[in-house]
Amino acid sequence: MRKSLIALTLCLTAAGLAATAQAELTGTLQKIKDSGAITVGHRESSVPFSYLDATQKPVGYAMDLCAKVVAAVKNELKMPNLQVKYQAVTSQNRIPLMQNGTIDLECGSTTNSLARQQQVGFSVAYFITSVRMGVRKDSGIKDIGDLDGKPVVTTTGTTSDGLIKQNEKGKAINVKNLYGKDHADSFLMVESGRAAAFVMDDILIAGLIANAKNPGDFAIVGPSLRDEPYGVMVRKDDAPFKALVDKTLIGLMKSGEAEKLYTQWFLNPIPPRGVNLNFPMSPALKAAFATPTDKGVE
Amino acid sequence: MNYHWDWLFFFQEADDGLMYYQWVLSGLGWTVAVSLTSLAIALLLGSAFGVLRTTPNRWLIAIGDTYVDVFRNIPLIVQLFLWFFVLPELVPRDIGLWMKQDLPYFVTAVIGLGLFTGARIAEQVKAGINSLSRGQRFAGLALGFTEWQTYRYVRLPMAYRIVLPALTSEAMNVYKNSAVTYSVGILELYFQYKQIIEKTSQVLEITIVITLAYFVVAFATNRLFAWIEQRSRVPGMIAGGQGGK
Repeated sequence: MRKSLIALTLCLTAAGLAATAQAELTGTLQKIKDSGAITVGHRESSVPFSYLDATQKPVGYAMDLCAKVVAAVKNELKMPNLQVKYQAVTSQNRIPLMQNGTIDLECGSTTNSLARQQQVGFSVAYFITSVRMGVRKDSGIKDIGDLDGKPVVTTTGTTSDGLIKQNEKGKAINVKNLYGKDHADSFLMVESGRAAAFVMDDILIAGLIANAKNPGDFAIVGPSLRDEPYGVMVRKDDAPFKALVDKTLIGLMKSGEAEKLYTQWFLNPIPPRGVNLNFPMSPALKAAFATPTDKGVE
Repeated sequence: MNYHWDWLFFFQEADDGLMYYQWVLSGLGWTVAVSLTSLAIALLLGSAFGVLRTTPNRWLIAIGDTYVDVFRNIPLIVQLFLWFFVLPELVPRDIGLWMKQDLPYFVTAVIGLGLFTGARIAEQVKAGINSLSRGQRFAGLALGFTEWQTYRYVRLPMAYRIVLPALTSEAMNVYKNSAVTYSVGILELYFQYKQIIEKTSQVLEITIVITLAYFVVAFATNRLFAWIEQRSRVPGMIAGGQGGK
């Protein structure tokens, strides 16, 4: 009885202390300092942003950028031995895991949208993707107008369907919407002739084409249906931490280091199979590097 | 956890002009349609193959066993992919094109789910028939029934009653398994779940609603079967049968 009383008192005191500590300093930086660890959320197959290499280690363009952020956190907190943990996330769970504190920053391919800003915060954009069409070259499809009456696939749980209708040329035509389970599935629908076009972020289509059996059979065509900025996800209303992330990323953009990383991941052979995406920097991304912004899309 | 709750988003207009709660209802409609159609196919196939496996003919038994072994040992999602992606490439080109471009995905989905569930029901029907004593069949034959008539009038009516609790589980499983059909393009409840998360990021509200929706349809099925069990009970047939209470 006495032992449990002592234990209870100790617990209450500890809880009380923790509560006081929280009341004084809030935010991710304080959480990292208290726990002595930072948890980086990563994707498993968002090539070349954040994915697992042959040894199941998370790598990619976004992971490299985040490594610099982690270094800046170590520096800021004067904790050179800060423990860095990695946590795989999916597009379904990344936002809840950020909100409940499982991950401290997410480095993947997350579009900074106004709907998501209700839930989480975003850094300045480190990549701009354009939603375009992936087609078979022998289909003869060159523009949106060619899609009239054709089946068009997009991936379940993405926001690309409906964009054709919003496009000026798309208003006059009717397409049959199909949905793939994931990007590989959607691409297979185009490859096997089930769908005439795959409407998706151009960089993701480029990744699928680069890994296809005959990359020469496919092309990315049509205008950009929408430009979407990718940002590092952080907790909402955590200004000090977001400022540190932004400062680091902007520094990399200004010094030209971000462009070097871009060249490494988008214009050179990358692990695990040494495929080259051959995806030069778009004018939109050049502009985003010149004048960094954390503005979200609708 | 600083979550931004917003239950009213269900009444916001989505980009196709409908409101999000209408997406949920449309998904629920497809879930029920896929499940009930698959269940009907599965009951027919399961009964037919279950009976085959109890006949005295070893070729018929072999056919029934093969069906059950093949469809029970391959994961459901792989089976759906076989029907959806692989089969059209194996058949003649014109038929393959027709399957890819004109055949509604609903048909592929219910055939896939129906064959999968049918194999499980065949196993239960077989178990039900085998649980009856051999004397039942002999008595039927002695009365001048043909082999088929002993099934129709003596053995199946009893076997179905015995396996009804197992069939109840199977009928509830169909709803849950139907979520897999989103992977072959059915716009059912799980598809709408993923779609709404992506468009609104209101993860918790939609997860709660979708969970409840699955629970309600599965539980309603459970109650329906319990009612059938009670109505079809033959007094004294199974000791102390309480029929799903």
